Amino acid sequence: MSYLEYTVKTVPTGLRKVLYINWALVVLLIAVASAGFLMLYSVAGGSLQPWAEPQMLRFVAGLIVMFIFAFVPTWFWRNISGVAYLIALALLVLVDVAGSVGMGAQRWINLGFMRLQPSELGKIALVMLLASYYDWLDVKKVSRPFWVLVPLVLTLVPMALVMKQPDLGTAILMMLGAGVVMFVAGVSPWYFAGIGVLGSGLITAVMMSRGTHWQLLKDYQYKRIDIFLDPGSDPLGAGYHIMQAKIALGSGGWAGRGFLQGTQSRLNFLPEKHTDFIFTTLGEEFGFLGTTSLLILYALIVLFCLHSALNNKDRFSSLLTIGVAATFFFYFAVNMAMVMGLAPVVGVPLPLVSYGGSAMLVLMGAFGLVQSAHIHRPRGR
Amino acid sequence: MRRSPRDTEESSRKISRRALLLGGAQVAIVAGLTARMRQLQIVDSKQYRLLSDKNRINIRLLPPARGLIYDRNGILIAGNEQNYSAVILREDAGNVRDTLDKLSELIPLSQEDIHRTIRDVKRHSPFVPITVSDRLTWDQLSRVAVNGPALPGISPEVGLSRYYPLDEDLAHVVGYVGPVSEADLKDNPSPDPLLQIPKFQIGKLGVEAKLEEQLRGTAGLERVEVNSVGRVMRKIGEEPGRPGENIQLTIDAKLQDFLMARLVGQSAAVVVMDVEKGDILASVSAPSFNPNLFVRGISIKDYAAYRDNNHHPLINKAVQGVYPPGSTFKIVTGLAALNSGQLKLTDKVFCPGYLKVGKRIFHCWKHGGHGWLDIEGAITQSCDVFFYTAAQRCGIDPIAHMAKRMGLGEAPELPMSAIASGLTPDKKWKKKYRHQDWLIGDTINAAIGQGYVLTSPLQLAIMTARLASGKAVVPRLVKSVDSVEVPVVPADALNLPQPFLDGVRKGVWGVVNSIHGTANYARIADTSMLMAGKTGTAQVRNITAADRAAGLAKPDQIPWNERDHALFVAYAPFDKPKVAVGVVVEHGGPDHSAAPLGRDALLFAMTGGVPPLSAYPARYRKEIGAEFNALKLRNIEPQPPARSRA
Repeated sequence: MSYLEYTVKTVPTGLRKVLYINWALVVLLIAVASAGFLMLYSVAGGSLQPWAEPQMLRFVAGLIVMFIFAFVPTWFWRNISGVAYLIALALLVLVDVAGSVGMGAQRWINLGFMRLQPSELGKIALVMLLASYYDWLDVKKVSRPFWVLVPLVLTLVPMALVMKQPDLGTAILMMLGAGVVMFVAGVSPWYFAGIGVLGSGLITAVMMSRGTHWQLLKDYQYKRIDIFLDPGSDPLGAGYHIMQAKIALGSGGWAGRGFLQGTQSRLNFLPEKHTDFIFTTLGEEFGFLGTTSLLILYALIVLFCLHSALNNKDRFSSLLTIGVAATFFFYFAVNMAMVMGLAPVVGVPLPLVSYGGSAMLVLMGAFGLVQSAHIHRPRGR
Repeated sequence: MRRSPRDTEESSRKISRRALLLGGAQVAIVAGLTARMRQLQIVDSKQYRLLSDKNRINIRLLPPARGLIYDRNGILIAGNEQNYSAVILREDAGNVRDTLDKLSELIPLSQEDIHRTIRDVKRHSPFVPITVSDRLTWDQLSRVAVNGPALPGISPEVGLSRYYPLDEDLAHVVGYVGPVSEADLKDNPSPDPLLQIPKFQIGKLGVEAKLEEQLRGTAGLERVEVNSVGRVMRKIGEEPGRPGENIQLTIDAKLQDFLMARLVGQSAAVVVMDVEKGDILASVSAPSFNPNLFVRGISIKDYAAYRDNNHHPLINKAVQGVYPPGSTFKIVTGLAALNSGQLKLTDKVFCPGYLKVGKRIFHCWKHGGHGWLDIEGAITQSCDVFFYTAAQRCGIDPIAHMAKRMGLGEAPELPMSAIASGLTPDKKWKKKYRHQDWLIGDTINAAIGQGYVLTSPLQLAIMTARLASGKAVVPRLVKSVDSVEVPVVPADALNLPQPFLDGVRKGVWGVVNSIHGTANYARIADTSMLMAGKTGTAQVRNITAADRAAGLAKPDQIPWNERDHALFVAYAPFDKPKVAVGVVVEHGGPDHSAAPLGRDALLFAMTGGVPPLSAYPARYRKEIGAEFNALKLRNIEPQPPARSRA
């Protein structure tokens, strides 16, 4: 599909595009981000510093990025998806060579004004590339082994680089996002079954390799798995995070302890309270009402994306939208499952709420792509 | 590339179908998350609310002030002093090594200190404060405090530490404290939470260790609101603890100090005891060690100096050292023979200087022999042959039995470390432990306190006190606890016929006061304080026949550590006994070292100070006066028993 295929009559141009933006989605994003500001304000002990204010500035920057991306026609994004993917790969390699070490893992490239986390970029670039891959690929060939192998390799290369950092959480998110795009694009379910079997085999291998010289994961990752399986085993050591998170959430009860009244987070019992574990503060201060409200907002964002994708006849656009939505979905689902003790602590932030620059900017950029697909969707009969 | 509209249609339909499936899966996941939220926040909420409150409120232990130890007159023996230390918190310090390097520019820190700190820091949680250096001076403490901002994680602290103002004097009795070790915790399945406090001091030796429970007190509790790293945000409440109990010992610190001064350069032990109550007035083991060094953690060099000293300062010879009692044991042999009926008070034995038993010849210490002697004369002149004969008549078992009655052969119960039980051998013992039959020669050796018999200076004092009082006096060391007197348990009677006791007493009176007595030189001239005693010599090396043939060497020709131990037991005043003493001077030889010590100890105890020269025979006064003037005594005065109930 090329630029010429868009009928000028039906695709908005110039400033008219503003009218065609998916404004409901924008409102939802602002709502979620605002919940984040509130929480960051609270965990700082009722202060805009050091987290809430920079987060707001970043969100504004993110909104601007989103609008800019939204106005760029979708074909441009499809055409540069390969380039974006290669840039992301290069950055991942670079971070391996020259990245800053934070929290025991090498994840960032320091750009001076912000720390760029190439794995975030990688997630979206991978979704873009796969969407354009399936857009290009003849529908009949989708399930042929070779044409399945290609996206598999495209996924595994950045995944391996991310895992090497090591950032298991992002690697898993990448895999899930890519899997969703492939699934929706029509790859035979048998492949997924096969991958499932392979995956469980791999998990077995990973667990069996523990303590041997070919150990596949880092010790801390094994430890986190152990603790996930039995958090009570080490309440003051590594199981601490999960126990404290559950205490914070649980003590919130139905309606929470009230804004700024959470003792768990304010007294610093919570680890990384402003990043991965921020959901616990929400749970503590706003209770079940607060947590379900946020969950509903998130679900609505995904829903609006899916709705937009289903109404989009352009294959690249719908695949991209679904891929971004799925990535977003797994973001918050894994994070929530993690802090609620349903999944091992793998280090996935709560999207748009957790304090963090690159994740926010990249996500807003991704929603820019979704908006672009929405605005520039083919119209007509 | 162009695609047919049909293709696009088909792909669209497929995408829709799959997307709906995906949406369904996502709804299921969201439902699962919601269910989990409900579980945590509604169903189990109460339980987590409880845990949350527990989290917020932390209970901190407030270490109690350790009980003080006083002597019988209120002189402080063990006290608590403020000590200033620098502690490090890893979670604040970041790079521990760098911080310590910076700190070492402000206060003296050895490489050893730094290594130890780094090791301890690694062993504990990041929020447990680790002492980097204690016993800082006020100056050093202020320097640390002023430079606080440049030293992340370092904070100055003020705490209490044990100190012993009398240094060496009572080290063997009172012992010392030290930080809780892993071994201390291992013995104790559910230890006092106080023991978990890093560097908490507990008794390691002596009274400090034996009366640990009383001295320690109980921890106070402070309820504080803390954050997760344990930093105190707010104090909520406080339950004061109970400081340890103050212990007053029966020891007379001045007497103890006097004896320590008298024993400079010697390897000796003296135990002074009240003959009625059993109060231990002094328990001296010279040389001694400085317990303050141990509290601080003794350096390898200092420890090696103590360990390698051939006078063994680390051993408490007064209760732990066991020696053959030598002739002092003749008190026991005499009483045993009398009590068995095999020897009468009037029986006389002829001493030709030796006794032939079977083919063996047993010598008396006096070559020419003593001639005819009754028991009184035999004790006075310490005739060996008389007691060989007496023991031969009654046999070993009554002697062993009498020794037990006099307090030998079993460890007295006192709150001191490593109290030896000594040995009073009998036939059964030899069979059981040596797998040999008892021989007549064993009895004869035992009769004069040689062979297998072993006693500690403490036991010698007890034996003498029992002879003096005629009661089974039991020693005691604790006079009062928190100013409440510990009641004296009246001693049982020894149940020995008065004439027997009097007979032996007359003998020991003669030892000191008769011109024939073996300790006549050590007599007391003041008739109100007359002393009775018994000398003894414990062989360190067997005298072989070859030695005897070669003629006995002069004492000063024998190497120090091969010379005999000199022993002396005594009590005074003779007619109304108050104090008894047991003395062992290791390798003192026969050079009259033990008896004057015993005499001075008794005089000091009776007069309550350095004995007046008028108590001594005129001919010795000048010499003794000079000796006393040369003594380096501490200037110790009792303090008002101010009880630190902080």
